[in-house]
Amino acid sequence: MRISRRILAGLATASLAVTATSCGGGGTSGSFDDTVTVGILHSLSGTMAISESTLVDTEKMAIEEINAAGGVKVGGKSYKIEYIVEDGASDWPTFAEKSKKLIDQDGVPVVFGGWTSASRKAMLPVYESKDAFLYYPIQYEAQECSNNIFYTGATPNQQSEPATDFMYKRSPAAGGDFFLVGSDYVFPRTSNTITKAQVKQLGGKVVGEDYLPLGNTEVAPIISKIKKALPEGGIIINTLNGDQNVAFFKQIQDAGITPSSGYYVMNYSIAEEEISTIGPEFLEGHYGAWNYMMSIDTPASKKFAANFKKRWGADRVVADPQESAYNMVYLWKQAVEDAGTFDDNAVREALVGQKFDAPQGPVEVMPNHHLSQTVRIGEINAEGGFTILEETGVVLPQAWNQKHPSSKGFACDWTDPSKGEKYKL
Amino acid sequence: MELLLDSLFNGVAIGSVLLVAALGLAIVFGLMGVINLAHGELMMLGAYTTYVTQLIFKLPILKPFYNSYIIVSIFLAFIVSGVVGILLEKTIIRKLYGSPLETLLATWGVSLILQQFVRSVPLAYGTGLVISLLIGLFLPTTFPSKIKESINFKYFKFSSWIFAALTGVMTGGVISSSVSKLSRASARNVDVTAPSWMRGQVEIIGTAFPKTRLMIILITLISVIAITLFLNQSAWGMRIRAVTQNRQMSDCLGISTEKVDIITFGIGSGLAGVAGVAVSLLGSVGPNVGGNYIVGCFMVVVLGGVGNLLGTVLASFGIGIMTDLIGAGRLLSIWPDMPLPLSNTINFFATTSMARVMIFALIVIFLQFKPTGLFPQKGRMVEN
Repeated sequence: MRISRRILAGLATASLAVTATSCGGGGTSGSFDDTVTVGILHSLSGTMAISESTLVDTEKMAIEEINAAGGVKVGGKSYKIEYIVEDGASDWPTFAEKSKKLIDQDGVPVVFGGWTSASRKAMLPVYESKDAFLYYPIQYEAQECSNNIFYTGATPNQQSEPATDFMYKRSPAAGGDFFLVGSDYVFPRTSNTITKAQVKQLGGKVVGEDYLPLGNTEVAPIISKIKKALPEGGIIINTLNGDQNVAFFKQIQDAGITPSSGYYVMNYSIAEEEISTIGPEFLEGHYGAWNYMMSIDTPASKKFAANFKKRWGADRVVADPQESAYNMVYLWKQAVEDAGTFDDNAVREALVGQKFDAPQGPVEVMPNHHLSQTVRIGEINAEGGFTILEETGVVLPQAWNQKHPSSKGFACDWTDPSKGEKYKL
Repeated sequence: MELLLDSLFNGVAIGSVLLVAALGLAIVFGLMGVINLAHGELMMLGAYTTYVTQLIFKLPILKPFYNSYIIVSIFLAFIVSGVVGILLEKTIIRKLYGSPLETLLATWGVSLILQQFVRSVPLAYGTGLVISLLIGLFLPTTFPSKIKESINFKYFKFSSWIFAALTGVMTGGVISSSVSKLSRASARNVDVTAPSWMRGQVEIIGTAFPKTRLMIILITLISVIAITLFLNQSAWGMRIRAVTQNRQMSDCLGISTEKVDIITFGIGSGLAGVAGVAVSLLGSVGPNVGGNYIVGCFMVVVLGGVGNLLGTVLASFGIGIMTDLIGAGRLLSIWPDMPLPLSNTINFFATTSMARVMIFALIVIFLQFKPTGLFPQKGRMVEN
């Protein structure tokens, strides 16, 4: 009996979903004058699908919210937003190919998409050559500033720098030595170069650094290195990727590398979603740094989390990447309304200076196409969330990191034609 | 001394993960000569079995025995992967003996199917399906020989498959309605949490060792001993060795090579399942978990010498100890004041990524000099 009810419920949901999609693709409803179609491009299959599908869900929710509030108003006409979802398939050249399709064949004015830095690097030449516009929502290693990309995630100075500062000055392991662990690709390596420079400035010491090849879960050599380098405990900065975190935390706990024995791990890639996968019992007492945390106690944050749960299921959580994805849809809408047209170049100009009351607090688009954001440091608690310990004021984004040796003294400004992508301060 | 002990333990710990993963392959690839690219996915099934067992042991009836779920799951994983392996042998691999390229492609296809299967089928119904297969395959063999020889046996066989299918659907339904986590399909990685008695460390001669690692070493040790005894002492073991050495002659002497193939492949696959339990203790369980180990497994078997268990054992511990020695930069602490260029070189390779590069390079060099591995098979083989 119970089973059949379940099946019925499943069928009902499925048919609802079918109706919803057909509505999405169908004609305009009575209250709109016209429609505009935007592109959504994330991985819906392959390794990254688990993470990236949450962004698709969030972007759909933001679009539905905007439509419910009357759509986009341009030149006295109201436009309903429709979307085409394309699958990047966790394969970077596919991202470039689908971008071309969305721009040339579907003629969308804007594409919301990407997660990994590799996918962004693959898409960048497409958007630059076609002078189209990509909105990219993930915290990343920066050292890039394109006129054709709008970055709504954190730059290193909006995540790792305040976090390193906290660990060295105010954490229980303050003044301790650093050990850096990461997956072997561009983000951890760049982020750790910055951390090393910063630790040196602070007067601390980095005693070791190791990278795990993607897909490898054998962390025994790293554990013996940590024990050798930090015999009395210390600070571990972790930039491992999704799955590898599970192996890392399970095995360091078994090896006695825990907060109670003086080892504190600061994580840059573990949000609420990942905590529930790894298990809070392995993470309790360690730290994370993000712009948005689900436990932020403001009406905007609570409303965002509640709406998401209402739309996609009570067991779902929201995390920083989703918040960035949510913000970028709203910022695009505001910029279009201010520009009074869907034309890329006009929207790009109108975008700089846009302010939005985001779930994390107020954000503003800066001339370097990044967002000013608030940084929060949280301790992971037994319930699988963050207990927020610290909150900075609004931090301005640095597209070119001021601690990285190759970009020190450079900045980016797209509002001034004489400055552009990379100019000397 | 402490350093040596620590290094030896780490080497053995890394090596035993490799060994338990490669053991099944050493039998399937080593003894039967089947290149089974789905070996990693059979491991994955073992890991998922551990996860399902863990959740089922959280039900109120079984809650008091929760701490022993990991022991139960070792046997269940052996059975689950073994059954899937037998089905694989009966339906696909049997038809491809003697054509390695086709076997390779077919088993690769199977590995993709299995990966997608765990992504898109709720685990409860997956469990039900495995139970159906188990009953369907084994129920007919339990009938008395009178029925087996009767002309109507195919009807008995058919009806036992119907019974199997019904039982499978029912078990699937019961599990899915009582454990909500298993009732929905999800591509998300899941997590096996070791029972509390297996977490933390244990102190032996002044050095602390992680308990899960000791458990994996124990599982490996028991598997190796059991399989050695089976191959060398039991009647079926002798038949397997006979068929390996000379298939046609064994056939002439009345050994059912068909049965030998099924048993060998079933045991090899079952061991992959046991390996799945071991790796589920180290990291997370996901559709891709097996794929991460498959290259290492083939490397171990090739390095050890195809068809030789002792070679597989030595090769995996050798690779384990080398990984620790190079990856953790141990040489530097043994000989701290070595000349600068040498210490710089060692430092360069003392990261996990570079240690892997170094080890693969060393294996390639080694195979240049001994292409048949550490312990090559001696004597004439009919196949050659």
